[in-house]
Order: sequence, then C-alpha cells, then structure tokens
Amino acid sequence: MSTIVIRPDHDTDATSPPPLDPRTSVKADLPRDVPRVLRRRTRDDVLSLVCSATGALALVWLVFEQMLAWSGNLGFIVCWYVTFLALYAGVTALSHPRPVIIDRLASAAVHGGAAVAGCALVSTVLYTFIEGRSALRHLNFYTQNMAGVGPQAPLTQGGVFHAIVGSFIEVGIAVCIALPLGIGTAVFMTEVGGRLARLVRTVVEAMTALPDILAGLFIYTTLIIGLGFQRSGFAAAMALTVMMLPIIARSAEVSLRIVPGGLREAGMALGASQWQTVRRIVLPTAKAGLATALILGVARAVGETAPVLITSGASTFTNFNPFQNPMNSLPLFVLTAVRSGETLFIARGFGAASVLLTLVLALFVTTRFLARDRMNRR
Amino acid sequence: MTLLDDIASPQAEPDSPRAIDPGRAPSDRVFQNVARVTGLSVLVLTGSIGLFLGYQSIPTLHRYGLSFFTQSQWQPELDKIGISAVLLGTLEVAAVALVVAFPLALLTALFISEYAPARLKSLLVSMVDLMAAVPSIVYGLWALKLLEPNIIYLSRWLHRYLGWVPFFRVDTDPQAAAWAQSRYTASAFIAGVAVAMMVMPLACAVMRGVFSAAPIGEREAAYALGATRWGMIRSVVLPFGRGGIIGGTMLALGRALGETVAVLLIVSPAFDIKFRILEVGTQTVSALIAGGFGEATSSQLSALLTAGFVLFLITLAVNTVAAIFVNRSRSGAATEI
Repeated sequence: MSTIVIRPDHDTDATSPPPLDPRTSVKADLPRDVPRVLRRRTRDDVLSLVCSATGALALVWLVFEQMLAWSGNLGFIVCWYVTFLALYAGVTALSHPRPVIIDRLASAAVHGGAAVAGCALVSTVLYTFIEGRSALRHLNFYTQNMAGVGPQAPLTQGGVFHAIVGSFIEVGIAVCIALPLGIGTAVFMTEVGGRLARLVRTVVEAMTALPDILAGLFIYTTLIIGLGFQRSGFAAAMALTVMMLPIIARSAEVSLRIVPGGLREAGMALGASQWQTVRRIVLPTAKAGLATALILGVARAVGETAPVLITSGASTFTNFNPFQNPMNSLPLFVLTAVRSGETLFIARGFGAASVLLTLVLALFVTTRFLARDRMNRR
Repeated sequence: MTLLDDIASPQAEPDSPRAIDPGRAPSDRVFQNVARVTGLSVLVLTGSIGLFLGYQSIPTLHRYGLSFFTQSQWQPELDKIGISAVLLGTLEVAAVALVVAFPLALLTALFISEYAPARLKSLLVSMVDLMAAVPSIVYGLWALKLLEPNIIYLSRWLHRYLGWVPFFRVDTDPQAAAWAQSRYTASAFIAGVAVAMMVMPLACAVMRGVFSAAPIGEREAAYALGATRWGMIRSVVLPFGRGGIIGGTMLALGRALGETVAVLLIVSPAFDIKFRILEVGTQTVSALIAGGFGEATSSQLSALLTAGFVLFLITLAVNTVAAIFVNRSRSGAATEI
C-alpha cells in the first residue's frame, strides 16, 4: 500500500509491466496524491531514441560512405533518417505494443518535418546574409546610388540608397491611402453593418485572392496606358495600395470583430453616441490589432516585387519625386541585379535582399512587441 | 403647442406608443454616412478591378474564342495566342508546391501545437509568421542560388529510379557519365519547391490555429481512455482540425497559383504541353504577364489581361472554397463578456 507506482502515460496500455523507477518505488514516505507528471520521459524513451539515432548513423555511414561510396549530403541524411525510423520501430517493438510503436514513429516524423521547415527558414535567412556580406561591408552601399556604376565596377562604388528611398516613398504613399480606407471599411463592416456591408465584405474577401501581378497589370493598363501617366513611384504606390487594401481591411475587420460587444453596449448605455463609442472604445481597444494589421500589410508591401516590376520602372539614380521619372525599390533592385548575371551585381542583389530582410524583420519584431503588449494588458 | 393640438383634434389616435428609438444623433448620421462612403469607395475600387479584368477580356475571347483555351503557343506576332500550356504550367508548379508544402505544414503545425515545449511555443509561432513575411524575392534568390545546384541531383535520382512514371521522365540519358545538368535546371519542379517555401507557412499558420483550438476536455478524455499522444492526435486533434487542414491547404494553393517572382527567376519559358515536371522549361500565367507586359501592344495587353482574369477566377474559386472550410471549422470563437 505504501508503494506508489508512477507510470509514464506511454505505458498505460502496455502489456509488459512498465519499467519502474527505483527511486520512486523504494521511497515510502512520498507525499500522497501528488499529481502524476504527464509526458515524463522514461529512461527507455530516451535510450531507445538516442541509440537508434546513433546506430542508424553508424550503419548508414558504413554502408553509404565506406561500402557503396555514394556521395551527397542530402542522400546521406535521408538514408540516415529512414534507417533511424526503421531501427527505432524495431527497438520499440522489442518491449512495447503496436500503439507505442506508432506513437514513437509519429513523434519522430513530426519532429523531422518541423526540423526540415526550421532548417529551410534558417538557411534562407543565413544564406541571404552570408552572400550579401561582401556588399554589406562597404558603407557606400547604403549611401550611394547606382548612377554611372558600370557592370564591372567594384563593390566600393555604388549602392542601394535610391532603392531604399524608393521603397520608403512607395510604401509610404500606399499606406497613406490604404490605411484610412482599410480601417474605414473595417469600421463600416463591423459597426454600421447592413446589406451593403455584407456585399463589401464579400468583395473585399474575394479581392484578397487577386494575384499580386494583376494589381500591377491593372494599374499599368489604367494609369499608364489609359491615362498616360509615366512609369513612376506613384503608379507603383497605387499598385501596392490596390494589393494592400483588401489585406488591411480584412485583418482590421478581424481585430475589430473581437472587441467584445459588451464594451460597445456599455458605452451606448452610458449615453455615448455611436461615433463616440467607436472612437473612444472600439478603436482604442483594437489598437494593437490594428497596428498588427498595418505592419503585416506593410511587410507584405515592402517585399512585393511583381506589382512594382510592372509599374515603377527601375532607375539607377536617386529620385525623390514619386510623380516623375522611374523610381527603384529594394525588391525590384534585387530582381534586376540578379537577372543581370554579373557576379558583382548578384552580390549587390544579395546585399539589397539582406537590407530588405532586415526591414521586414524589424517590422516583424515591432508587431510581436505590440501583440505581446496587448496580451499582457488582458 | 403640439400637445394642445393633439388634445384638441379628436381624430388623433388616442394612445399611440412613444417611439422608444430616439433616432440617431446628427454626429452618428455623419459617422455612418462617412463609413458608408468609405466602404462604398473601397467596394467600387476593388470591384472595378474584377469588372475591368472581365471587361478587358471580352475582345480577346471574342477574337480567339475557344482556341484561347486550347492553343498552347503564345506567339502574338503570329497571332497564335492560347493559354493551355501556361495554365498547365501554373497547375504543375502549384501541384508540386502543394505536394512539398502540405506534409511539411501539417507536421510543423502538429509539432508546434502538440509536441513543442510550452515555453518555446510562442517563439515557434512567431517563427512561422516570420517565414510567411519573408519577401518572395528572397525565397526566389535562395531557390535560384542555393537550392537549384543541389536539387538537380534529386531530380536526376527521381528520373533514374522513377523514370517510368510519366511525370519524372526527362529527355536525356540518366545513366550517362557526364550527365546533362542543364536538362534538369529551371524546371517546374524547382519552381514548385521554391513556391512551396512561400506557401508552407501560410498553410501551417492556419492549421496550427485550428489544432490549438481542439477542445481540452476531449484531449484529456482521450488520454484518460489510455491513448498515446499520437492516438490522441489522431482521434481528437486531426478530426477537429480537418476543416483547417483543408482550408489552409486551399489558401496555400491559391497563393501558389498566383506566385510570380520566384517562378520568373527560376523557370526558363517554354510553351509546350508537357507533364515532365523535372525537365527544363515551363511557364506560368503570372510569369508570362511579368515577362510579356513590356513590349505588348494593346491587343496583346488585352490577351495578357485575359490570361490574368482566368488566373484570378481560379484563385478566387480556390480561396472561396478555403474560406468555407476555414469558417466551418471555427467553433466556440465567441468573445462576449
């Protein structure tokens, strides 16, 4: 009676008796009714995992490298993983029933899949910065533009200042148009409502499916071909607006919709008009959500290449005027630089991609910060 | 004054209930109208794009008729314009992307919601969101410079051992000592893998959201009945999240169909109807538009717009189906106090 048997939950349906942890079964003066620690790893769990992995590694190394003399890291890792799964299943089958084997295999598969996804993300970010570091090292990369820089010019000449400026101007204009319209639409959809609001919501949701390139082509056909505008920063900003508007409107609507209805009713019950309720209660409550919507929209717009490619034209000089002359932007610079095929330009392209990635990262961290702020306040 | 009138005039209805609704204050009327005008303008702006695309495609469809959908070549100078090859390429790239992205997204979502330690969870969630925010051009660069030189070995392996499958056939000898590397580059397969990187986080985020919402009581019930963790996942989390799995995948598909830049960077244009995804050359609708708008005459522009319109209709249909599934799976999302 005094022995408390602590069984790991994996073994609840095991036919063989679970391995007892000697420390817990011997000690008689354990406090009663301690909640069982769920998901505890037993020595069996850890050892069969580690030993299967090591055994598979050794086996595959022997067969793959020494006997068959194959090559390729990818093949090696895949073979290792498959052998590991087989060994792991075999080792588990020695002392456990089928559900446990399946559970462990599923766990290994899930971890493997997540690891692949993680590696892909890390390699993408790292590779961009590593390839871009030769360009990023030079200060002129941030302060000069590409005017008069020849295809063979060393990295100490030229930079992406014009593209950074262009990106900021284009996204700035797009935000100035898309933000009020998007939030206004979201307010209309959630606060005013009615049949028209349902129609607007349907159309806005439909337009989030618009491929980015079509936003550019629409602006190109109407503004540039139809109305005779130049290919300019303004046209690019309009294309970004068209692309961003449904995104912002939709995510803003989501964050307005989760404002509790009780808050609105409380405001109304205190005699506030609807406008006062929206301005003093609904919007401030949803502030963090709205900021997140905005920043995610901006992060998307900053990195968007397709609409800009069609509408802005790639300049090599710094252009502060969005209405005249082509204006470059970071994604467009990356695309043209890489497609040029010149080694030094490709390095610059990677440098510009690193700058772009840094911008997106910064925006992203800001978003997380705001989101955490909101969570803490609740 | 009115009171006196009411009493004085006998034909006034004696006991009409006072209207409780006081009506809107003037400021509210202004507010509502401003909001309505904003909504209306957004409706007009976004709706006009769809209508515009549809309107622009009338002359093209009128001129080429059904052959616009059956012709494979895109040679405006010969007046041969058709999107069958381009549409097929689009679908191939999207299919490869889904085949790669779906298992990865599902496994990653399961890992984050079920297996990851609790203190790492929020970090992992933001990592996935971050992955979704990485610009597509960065993935394009990654695929072009890092992935392509490595993945052609996988292409050759697939061709060598699975070449009897029609998809994996390539017009070259896989056993040759000096193998034709260039036959394996710039293919729909590589573009598809690059696009998969872009759409995977999207699908993963949706799936994770639904998985985390799986009711805790049912999870505990499964454990109490003696289920292993995977048993719990299979009997509670996956059935509960089925709508999210399908919806997230469809959203990813919609995005994959419209992806431009990565495809433009990677594939070399070819207008053949072919199912050999490992072989060099293919074309998608959006890459066709990005590559061809510059020197297009107005009739060619109309043809490009028509191709874009067809693409838009496809992504719209896919997204609508996705929305239906995602909405249906959302349960207990009420946040009333």
